[in-house]
Amino acid sequence: MSFLTLTLSLIFVLIPIVLSKTLKLGLEKDTIIATIRSIIQLLAVGYLLTFVFDSDNFFYLVCMIILMIGAATQNARKKGAAIQGITWKLIVTFIFVEGLTQGILLGLQITPPAAQYIIPISGMLIGNSMVLSILFLNRFTSEVETRQEETELILSLGGTPKQAIHMPLIHSIKASLIPTIESQKTIGLVQLPGMMSGQIIAGADPAQAVQFQLLILFLLLTTAAVTSIMLGLLSYPTLFNKQMQMLKIRE
Amino acid sequence: MTSSDPVAIKFKNVNYSDGKLPILKNINGFFPKAKITTIVGPSGAGKTTLFRLCNGLISPSSGETIVNERDINYYEPTQLRRTFGLALQRATMLRGNVFKNLSMPRILQDKRLHKNEAKELLNDVGLDPNILERNVKDLSGGQRQKVSIARTLVNKPNILLLDEITSSLDQVSQLDIETLIKQLNEKYKVTIIWITHNLQQARSVGDYTWVMMDGQLVESGEISLLHHPQHAKVKRFIKGEVE
Ligand SMILES: Nc1ncnc2c1ncn2[C@@H]1O[C@H](COP(=O)(O)OP(=O)(O)OP(=O)(O)O)[C@@H](O)[C@H]1O
Ligand SMILES: [Mg+2]
Repeated sequence: MSFLTLTLSLIFVLIPIVLSKTLKLGLEKDTIIATIRSIIQLLAVGYLLTFVFDSDNFFYLVCMIILMIGAATQNARKKGAAIQGITWKLIVTFIFVEGLTQGILLGLQITPPAAQYIIPISGMLIGNSMVLSILFLNRFTSEVETRQEETELILSLGGTPKQAIHMPLIHSIKASLIPTIESQKTIGLVQLPGMMSGQIIAGADPAQAVQFQLLILFLLLTTAAVTSIMLGLLSYPTLFNKQMQMLKIRE
Repeated sequence: MTSSDPVAIKFKNVNYSDGKLPILKNINGFFPKAKITTIVGPSGAGKTTLFRLCNGLISPSSGETIVNERDINYYEPTQLRRTFGLALQRATMLRGNVFKNLSMPRILQDKRLHKNEAKELLNDVGLDPNILERNVKDLSGGQRQKVSIARTLVNKPNILLLDEITSSLDQVSQLDIETLIKQLNEKYKVTIIWITHNLQQARSVGDYTWVMMDGQLVESGEISLLHHPQHAKVKRFIKGEVE
């Protein structure tokens, strides 16, 4: 793809802007900001990746992953502001997910230990883990609030905090996992996943692309389950104190 | 009643505030053991808050709560709550059927409740044992209140904290529940503490009484004080209710 054709592709940005203007949707500004941000961010990442791949230095690779985890944490923590220490809970979760999946991938030699594999796969996993965290935290804080009376009832009957929070926790974990599982059921039928499409367009053998995509899908299942459950187990104790009393949720 | 009578729960200079807002103010008093104490007082007086304190669901900002001669913090919270049966004012139910609700106090201790036991409990509170499988969503307010009372009795607590448990009941059911509670007190020496807005009920079931107003314990003593209160505030409150 040449620079000229890329410039021509801006037509696809103009269409929504014109539509927004004529229909007074008020989305022109956001569309322009989103376009400019995506250009800058992706170009920067492109150059950064070229640098990291070329340098073939383990240190830069780790820096990239730390950067990803930092950005993911920054994004997800707002949703969990009601939970004490949510920042480090997210960081621990992301590190664990990354360590577990890369450990299996590299340990069993499913993917080669090269930056070209590690970085894009980490990006997808941490990104997915971030989305799952947001889904989980959103649901969990609202479940805890709506079921507060039931939770206190169980405490009053002599239940432990773990028993008292069991239902809200299980419901939130389940609810956050459903989109991942549901979307995998129809994958390939409705839309081709982005990574696979990209590989095919770039000239890869479709069968090869499918294999990689399947690997990613399976990884995403693990990421989703581990993220929700781990974050849940790390989060619920902060809702109670030593006397097994329920603490007020901070607004 | 003399001061040498055994005491179930005692409060020493107990204060409780939510943030800066004081809710309980310097409570000093006690609930005699194996007796029925009624608590009366206007809405917002802090009665429910006092129960939450007794059950360890909240801790006082200052002061001491003494349960059976020991500081409340001496007890393991789950143990404390199992010996106290707290029937909540709103008769909160767990989602599911009546049996699940009745079993919960046992399930929490990894034990089971037999269907027959559950049916007996329903019978005790004047409910048709056949509603065992009914979803609690489909119960009337009064039926819910009765299930909540039955659930409180599952653990055979030796102190019962009853918060407005007959407010949605008809006259006959109300009298039945009063009889049941009095029986528990007489037969098993269960200490009963009963919050009620119904002064008639407070007089007829109580041995002892507390009058709470605006976060304070204004008067406490033998039940006869509800006939001859000392404080002008209490006199006004009682007259208002009678009118
Ligand atoms: N969880 C809470 N957070 C903040 N304030 C509360 C809370 N629960 C109760 N309060 C306040 O404490 C005061 C006492 O409430 P409480 O429920 O103990 O009154 P009550 O005597 O039981 O009233 P009622 O007869 O209406 O049930 C009220 O002013 C109430 O607004
Ligand atoms: Mg109350």
